[in-house]
Amino acid sequence: MLGCSGSPAGTLAAVNILIVEDEPKTGEYLRQGLREAGFSVDLATRGNDGLHLALEGQHDLVILDVMLPELDGWQVLKGLRSMGRQMPVLFLTARDQVEDRVRGLELGADDYLVKPFSFAELLARVRVILRRGRPSQEVTTLQLADLELDLLRRRVLRSGKRIDLTAKEFGLLELLMRRQGEVLPRSLIASQVWDLNFDSDTNVIDVAVRRLRAKVDEGFEPRLIHTVRGMGYVMEIPEVGA
Amino acid sequence: MNRRWGLRLTLTARLTLLFTAVSLAVLCGLGVMVTLASQAHFVDLDRDYLTDKAALVRKVVAGSTDLDQMSQRLQELLQSHTGLYVRLELGPQTLYGEEADTFPADLLPTTGRLKPSDWTWDGTLLRGAVVALPAPAFLGGDAAPSLRLLLAMDTHHHTHFMEELQRSLMVYLLVAGLASGLLAWWAARRGLTPLRDMRERARRVTSHQLDERMPVGSVPVEMAELAQELNTMLERLQRDFQRLSEFSSDLAHELRTPISNLLTQTQVTLAQPRDAVTYRDTLASNAEEFQRLGRMVSDMLLLAKTDHGLALPHREPVALHQAAQALFDYFDVVAEEKGVMLVLEGQATTQGDRLMLQRAISNLLSNAIRHAPEHSRVHVSVSHTDGMASLCVDNAGPPIACEHLPRLFDRFYRMDKSRAHLNAEGTGLGLAITRAIMEAHGGMVSVASTAERTRFCLQFPAA
Repeated sequence: MLGCSGSPAGTLAAVNILIVEDEPKTGEYLRQGLREAGFSVDLATRGNDGLHLALEGQHDLVILDVMLPELDGWQVLKGLRSMGRQMPVLFLTARDQVEDRVRGLELGADDYLVKPFSFAELLARVRVILRRGRPSQEVTTLQLADLELDLLRRRVLRSGKRIDLTAKEFGLLELLMRRQGEVLPRSLIASQVWDLNFDSDTNVIDVAVRRLRAKVDEGFEPRLIHTVRGMGYVMEIPEVGA
Repeated sequence: MNRRWGLRLTLTARLTLLFTAVSLAVLCGLGVMVTLASQAHFVDLDRDYLTDKAALVRKVVAGSTDLDQMSQRLQELLQSHTGLYVRLELGPQTLYGEEADTFPADLLPTTGRLKPSDWTWDGTLLRGAVVALPAPAFLGGDAAPSLRLLLAMDTHHHTHFMEELQRSLMVYLLVAGLASGLLAWWAARRGLTPLRDMRERARRVTSHQLDERMPVGSVPVEMAELAQELNTMLERLQRDFQRLSEFSSDLAHELRTPISNLLTQTQVTLAQPRDAVTYRDTLASNAEEFQRLGRMVSDMLLLAKTDHGLALPHREPVALHQAAQALFDYFDVVAEEKGVMLVLEGQATTQGDRLMLQRAISNLLSNAIRHAPEHSRVHVSVSHTDGMASLCVDNAGPPIACEHLPRLFDRFYRMDKSRAHLNAEGTGLGLAITRAIMEAHGGMVSVASTAERTRFCLQFPAA
């Protein structure tokens, strides 16, 4: 049970992703990871191959390394945009320079990740980007098993019983519920719930999730909030027999 | 290459040229002055000569009884004076001497001192003057119109002398110019000896031998300052270099230990077939360690960037109390677990990058909560005095020995050198990052420790 297999809503099954990455190990693992997360993945190791593939195929997202042989990431992106291809692009960069970010965003990149990044982080970003284009249906309640979140009245019910949560706990639970089935890395939780956009080396998220779990999961079956060691947290109904 | 001149001269050559030019200019000036003075002297001599002759003629004219006698006496008087031209006239009538065209027509009589003028007649340079003489008795005496005495002398011997003088001056000038050039070259070389010494010393400075210093006492005063500056620079470089190499070895050490742990753990796991749970545990544990390493690398990159003078990505007004409050919301659960109460008081606003400032405060706050004893308070006080905003984080805790205080902000600095930190969450860079962020904001961070409390303060310059 890695939490990233079998996409929850099944909506991402037909999604095509192109990875352009010259480092063979990185490329191979990214392909494997994204495939196992339910995406269909192409991999190119050179800039012009990547551009060619992207222009030929129908990709919903391109993951571009900046440093590539022949054409670099910027040039590939320029090539794509000049041919009128508007699919979202996520940059991977080894250099964390403000100018790089600005340049990428100016050229029309949708997001960037600085190496070393965690795969859970990449997966979470990919899902956010892919979700962006879709009409989001306004939901007022979120549900998983017998856990129910009333977003309007800020109320939580488990098996019909009212659970009292603090504002931040509610925010955390809402995030986990909205993205059920996805492993959420700690950094993403910190940025989404607390608006803290830097890696903190504290165990705040762990404590917060533990306390939330104590209120939401303790005394109920099945357990819904799960720790994926080394990656983050996921909310889902565990597979039977797992 | 010097762009302006297209030619780069050595300092010795420059000084030599400069000295030579100066001495040539001085010598030329002297030559001109000698020439002018000689000419003025000749004018004086000539005037005296002409005045003298005019007086003689006047005497002869006054003592003559008729025109023939006068002519004869004048002839006797003047015949031995070669190069002297005399003409005595009464109106247009020549009484004695040269043709009228020897003298220019516009020559005017002078009263008092003679003022000789120069002209050329028939290829001869003449200098002369006109003097009015009272008419002698045989021509009517004082009542009659006065006579005009025109005097001129050939000045070619002056010209000859001046030419000689100028020729010898030119020769002297050339010889003296050459000599002063040689002397200047010698003096410049001697004068610049300390510079060559310094170059020799500088050549010996390498990254392995940064302890070489420029001689300050033995060089001239002007260069002593330069040497002093160079020494200060070398000291700075040596210090930075030292810090850098310490940092590199610290870094290698910090990375080596977790990497060796990871390697051992992975290889031990691989050594025997194991069940899936064990594999998963190993991988998960590795992933955690890798994340810590990744964080460390990111932190190091941030520090490396701040070393080169970090440009703040954004600059905006940041309310420090709001930033602290947002962090309280975040750290609340951890503090509550420990029974630590977070207290915020005061408010202040400064200019800066919100994200970076939050990060700086967050490092202090997480340290404070980590080191605070259970059921104590962590105070965050924000204040604004004299236009300076400050934020202090104060927690109860054991005292920190004085020798550790200034070094707390060094990278990877730990008070106890044991390996106890390896299971800690931190990368050992938190306070170094806080300091770097404060420096990028033009502010500073300080720490004070008493028997019961530890207090970190961030101070921002006036916004």
